[in-house]
Amino acid sequence: MYNKIDFIIAGVGGQGTILASDILVEVGLHAGYDVKKSEVHGMSQRGGGVESQVRWGERVYSPLIEKGKADYLLGFEMLEAARWTEYLNPSSVVYVNRHKMYPPSVTTGQAEYPAETAIEHELSSRAGRYEWVDAMAAAKELGNPALAGVIMLGRLSADLDVEPETWLKVIAELVPAKLVELNKKAFITGRKMKKGV
Amino acid sequence: MKKLLTGNEAFAYGAYLAGVQLAAAYPGTPSTEIVKNCATYDTIFAEWSPNEKVSLDVATGAAYAGRRALCAMKHVGMNVAADSLFSASYTGVKGGLVIINADDPGMHSSQNEQDNRNYAKFARVPMLEPADSEEAKNFVGIALEMSEQYDTPVIIRTTTRLSHSRTLVEMDDSKRVIPSAETPAYERNIPKYVMVPANARRRHPVVEERLQKLAALAETIEINKIEPGDDEIGIITSGVIYQYAKEVFPTATILKLGMVWPLPKQMILDFAKRVKKLVIIEELDPIFEDFIRLLGLPCVGKEVYPIEGEFNPSLIREVSYKAGLLKEQPPTVSTADIELPIRPPMLCPGCGHRGLFYALKRLDATVFGDIGCYTLGASPPLAAMHTTTCMGAGFGVVHGVDKMGVTDRTVGLLGDSTFFHSGIHPMIDILYNSGTSTLVITDNRTTAMTGHQDNPGSGKTLLGEPAERMDIETVVRGLGAKRVDVVNPYEVDQVMKVVKEGIESGEPSVVIARYPCVLQTKEKHPVPTVDTETCNNCGTCLKIGCPPIVKGENHVAIDNILCNGCGLCVTVCPFNAIKKPEEQ
Repeated sequence: MYNKIDFIIAGVGGQGTILASDILVEVGLHAGYDVKKSEVHGMSQRGGGVESQVRWGERVYSPLIEKGKADYLLGFEMLEAARWTEYLNPSSVVYVNRHKMYPPSVTTGQAEYPAETAIEHELSSRAGRYEWVDAMAAAKELGNPALAGVIMLGRLSADLDVEPETWLKVIAELVPAKLVELNKKAFITGRKMKKGV
Repeated sequence: MKKLLTGNEAFAYGAYLAGVQLAAAYPGTPSTEIVKNCATYDTIFAEWSPNEKVSLDVATGAAYAGRRALCAMKHVGMNVAADSLFSASYTGVKGGLVIINADDPGMHSSQNEQDNRNYAKFARVPMLEPADSEEAKNFVGIALEMSEQYDTPVIIRTTTRLSHSRTLVEMDDSKRVIPSAETPAYERNIPKYVMVPANARRRHPVVEERLQKLAALAETIEINKIEPGDDEIGIITSGVIYQYAKEVFPTATILKLGMVWPLPKQMILDFAKRVKKLVIIEELDPIFEDFIRLLGLPCVGKEVYPIEGEFNPSLIREVSYKAGLLKEQPPTVSTADIELPIRPPMLCPGCGHRGLFYALKRLDATVFGDIGCYTLGASPPLAAMHTTTCMGAGFGVVHGVDKMGVTDRTVGLLGDSTFFHSGIHPMIDILYNSGTSTLVITDNRTTAMTGHQDNPGSGKTLLGEPAERMDIETVVRGLGAKRVDVVNPYEVDQVMKVVKEGIESGEPSVVIARYPCVLQTKEKHPVPTVDTETCNNCGTCLKIGCPPIVKGENHVAIDNILCNGCGLCVTVCPFNAIKKPEEQ
């Protein structure tokens, strides 16, 4: 058990950040933590940025994480991840799905999407560890891009002191019945992405 | 057993436990899921009402009939329901009546950030404010008991952060209040329930006396409590802000107010005496602070903690440190040094509103709009909506504009659910007062923005039962509109023709742009292809603001995953470079 673990999941509406944070918060509960989770609905469903914050701890008060205090940042989309630099500290761990979704200013040619190296630099220079996760590519290989989120959770799970069975049990409870096996497979795929596993 | 519930799910569970028999609401972020979840309990009759005022009247009726009732709304919905609230305050209730009001500090999905604690003071009714989902559940029962005991509606205030955060709730159905099995009966009492001046004059002193009694209750009620700590700093706070205060000032003495109106005067005086420095941390308006300053107590408040915007623990830490209330410096953090293009919400790929707004833009119409998904028509590159204020305003505003002689291509526009909410009345006004406006109703057969709730035009109720599908065309013809057209918004030329004719006709005209929400129908067509030889990157298709269309070096490309295959880009391409698959 850790004193506290604070997670931020950042992505784009429709990417499954809410499902991923639902899984993450339930896993924390199964692992014996006090947990809280916060997210923003509403306008963000229409292709805007979406963020979820999940907190595990002995006793959690605020559903929101403080700046400079995130332990893990999971970026489901590269640009969305880069918006959360203020929440990092020198021991934060950052996982970013190597996947770009262009906002309208970019698709219409008015702005440029930042370079991968620039995004990596912004995040890695403020964090303890930075890792690209090829979740989107792996999800497409599994036949469904929507699995990228669970693959990201799989990668994260390899760092945390919670049995994979707990994760798989929660996934089975939260995803639609006909997608359970596929999601479990995605989770294992992500979990194996930890180097040396 | 404990379960993770959002604040809104917990309110519904609390309503179930407290024996609520009726729940009514008009959808509105962040309140929508309260009554939606009430509908999952078979002991509660739950409905989507056409607007918030109706929902409050319906809930008040259930309470008049002696049964426990709940009504929920977002903060601006309370403005619509205010007339009913102020009268229900005078008449009182019989069965408990709880109104759950969801404020939206930070305006995540709202047009203003009014602090509806003001309504409790204004309407002279008590207000409770929970700080997590467990309290959300419990406070519904407390509110209903208070409502019955003091003969008053009771408001529970929530905010986006409470409504949409998931925290632990004790699930225990054993203490559930079982409603009486007897058939309810309305007990006639004309002096109490008929608010003609003579009766209302007698009721006002009753309301004032009730407020005094409630103020006395506030001194002892267990949801107002002092958490002792280091008395150097004493914090008065409520709601989710209490949680932030606990993070930032873990050792301070805290007066946590669960009942935020009326306030406990003596309790606050005693608290102030006990602590060295009194600090008021409240989001939005200085409601506690004004009360406390009137008691003559020096305190730290809005000069440190801002009146605008949503709070979070980082903000409280930063401003508290700057004000010298914290010794330890907050961590040094920084935003990215590179430019990060913003990602605003957009009309979905395949949304029927897109064709409509493209047509209005080509007409160079000035659009007096309203609140719904279609408000996204105001975003660039379409930028085809020019006013948006509140629900139902579009039609009234265009009438006023037209009456002043500004009639060059002016159009009023609102959605189907908004039409039933408060768009019918300004249409009546236009038809009654010889208006000439052109009125567009975007009819996607659902209340889309808040997550696809049914409405009187959808043919189904919240409980999933079939309902008479109110046909907008029949309704507007019934009101007396003569010039009524129904168009498919994807047929851009036809839309332009009909709207132009309506504008030029010099009489009121109604254009119903009907296309079901594609998020709901999940309708998808084959993705068009770009003929890279023909495409000369002219940029016309980019003007429809469709997310899958991407500008490239020499030609545009279409993202296969995002594209819905609606074919609007095929329609607008002047060089026939974008083709429907069957044309290849």
